[in-house]
Amino acid sequence: MDFKDYKGVWVFIEQKDDMVASVSLELLGAGRKLADKRGVELAGILIGENVKHLTKTVFEAGADTVYVYDQPIFKHYRTESYMKALLDCSDKHKPEIILYGATSTGKDLASAVATDLPTGLTADTTELDVEEETGLLLASRPAFGGNIMATILCKKYRPQMATVRSKVMKALPPEIGRTGKIVEETISLKEEDIRTKVLEIVKETVKKVKIDEADIIVAGGKGLGSFDGFQLIHRLAETLGGAVGASRDVVEAGWIDHPHQVGQTGVTVTPKIYFAIGISGAIQHIVGMKNSGIIIAINKDKEAPIFQNCHYGIVGDAFEIVPLLIEMFEHALAKEKVTK
Amino acid sequence: MLHIVACIKQVPDTKIIKMNPKTNTMDRRTAPAILNPYDAHAVEEAVRLKHKYGGIVSVVTMGPPPAVSAIKKCIEIGADEGYLITDRRFAGADTLATSYAVTKAIEKIAKTRPVDLIICGKMSIDGDTGQVGPGIARRLDIPPLTSVNKVVEINQEEGYAIVHRKLEDGYEAVRSTLPCLFSVEKTINEVPYSPLPNMIKAARYTPQIWSVDDLEGVDITQLGLKGSPTIVSKVWAPPKPAGGSILEGNPRAQVEQLLSVLLEKKELFEAKEGV
Ligand SMILES: Cc1cc2nc3c(=O)[nH]c(=O)nc-3n(C[C@H](O)[C@H](O)[C@H](O)COP(=O)(O)OP(=O)(O)OC[C@H]3O[C@@H](n4cnc5c(N)ncnc54)[C@H](O)[C@@H]3O)c2cc1C
Repeated sequence: MDFKDYKGVWVFIEQKDDMVASVSLELLGAGRKLADKRGVELAGILIGENVKHLTKTVFEAGADTVYVYDQPIFKHYRTESYMKALLDCSDKHKPEIILYGATSTGKDLASAVATDLPTGLTADTTELDVEEETGLLLASRPAFGGNIMATILCKKYRPQMATVRSKVMKALPPEIGRTGKIVEETISLKEEDIRTKVLEIVKETVKKVKIDEADIIVAGGKGLGSFDGFQLIHRLAETLGGAVGASRDVVEAGWIDHPHQVGQTGVTVTPKIYFAIGISGAIQHIVGMKNSGIIIAINKDKEAPIFQNCHYGIVGDAFEIVPLLIEMFEHALAKEKVTK
Repeated sequence: MLHIVACIKQVPDTKIIKMNPKTNTMDRRTAPAILNPYDAHAVEEAVRLKHKYGGIVSVVTMGPPPAVSAIKKCIEIGADEGYLITDRRFAGADTLATSYAVTKAIEKIAKTRPVDLIICGKMSIDGDTGQVGPGIARRLDIPPLTSVNKVVEINQEEGYAIVHRKLEDGYEAVRSTLPCLFSVEKTINEVPYSPLPNMIKAARYTPQIWSVDDLEGVDITQLGLKGSPTIVSKVWAPPKPAGGSILEGNPRAQVEQLLSVLLEKKELFEAKEGV
């Protein structure tokens, strides 16, 4: 394998319902930086049916080139068909790096592609960099078993691949009218050759908890002691008009459902105000909230790592501080109304 | 007769694990080893399918010798056979090298009893990648079906399976040819307490244990650390963000300072006031 043949940074463009997924736009933002540092092209790889017009969005988000596989066989995401397109494209055009969103589709596809190529794949990356000289991708993620990060490399194979958490990279502001090169590709793949069929897609109208869109998040941890204790978090969230977040330990204890979990295996959030109450501040939690506007920590242990990751900290008992905060906040709001 | 193979892993129990606050690392001695919680659901689903359609459930794991206890746990859940592949040459494997080794074990198991279905947990709680399941499917050249949260039908005679795959906003029903591989969500089932006869069986059970030399057609260079394309180049403590100020005073004074910070962002609370 001659590494010199491998050039450029690629982003797998995830699309659904005629829209480019936001994680793909974020990856184009991150990929742009890597490509510029290395002095190479940034390309998107877009697979689907009737998706060619989405190239516009991809160029405006920073890509120089978009490889497009627009065929009826790609109507639904299926591992085998999408993988074949990606392998075909990688064989022909030899990228140095391929990035995927760490979504269920992105992870499914990347795992399959990595096995076939073969190459190394780093999962759930939260930081990306590239060595200017060698093109070595530096993919970092929280390491197991400590409040530490690990940087993972793939020295032996090209392309290098990583899946990247959504909401941790920043999309560029769209540059309206920016265009680039469209490379249309096709593969001869017959429906009979694909061993899976999507029979039906069912949208469930269950109320979705979307804490990642809230301006204010009040998150509670194991320090609340019990399901009943955790209700204090709901009360504060209600008072402030915010959403409720939680650490993984709280979700595992069954005090609240998984959609509320913030962190590496939950959602990544960037609210304007984030409260971490009775949360110790493990790295797996921090990576999910560190880009919040104002982080406020309440914890009774002054050594808790959360205090190194907050803007304002109160060392104290949640059961004393939070009721006081609710009371004083309501009071202040009431006063405000009167003076208006 | 279905032959279902569940792939499992023994992991440290991260719920009980204690951190050393000085070094910021995990104190592994305090961590009891358990069956990866996601894999318990994989085995449970395999056992349910066995009860429904008739068949045999085998479990396979790669790990150090104590991983036998994770296999025993699977026997308690209702698995029939267990296989441990253990060898120093497997050590240090990343997901690519792991899927290679486990595939070799499955190939050997399939020699005596062809495999119709493989079930994996969504991911392990220590590695957290979810990459090994699809990797095994690719190596065996069978369709991988990830995010499975319901098995609708297995039709061995006609050679297909129908499952629901969880999507962000619902699910999709997918039909696949058999054999295929599922990696399953935790929501697919609940793992009940094990019946007493299974516990007794598990206590007495000794799994089949294989080393590299017991497997066939193994390319040693694809195993363990040597066969792993990814390497950890460094571990580092994330930089501490500046500006974390601890509010001083008694609780009331602290909350007062906090309140003034919050009220600087009054616009956030106004929408609510209007209601
Ligand atoms: C692979 C992997 C993935 C993970 N993913 C995530 C994830 O996505 N999200 C996540 O959050 N975690 C995740 N974790 C778990 C993470 O490592 C921590 O175990 C977890 O975040 C700790 O939760 P906690 O802070 O609620 O509990 P603890 O660490 O037990 O902290 C409780 C805190 O409450 C404080 N406290 C106690 N009583 C009070 C009181 N009365 N008032 C105020 N403070 C009090 C204590 O001082 C302590 O700091 C993951 C772990 C692994 C290994």
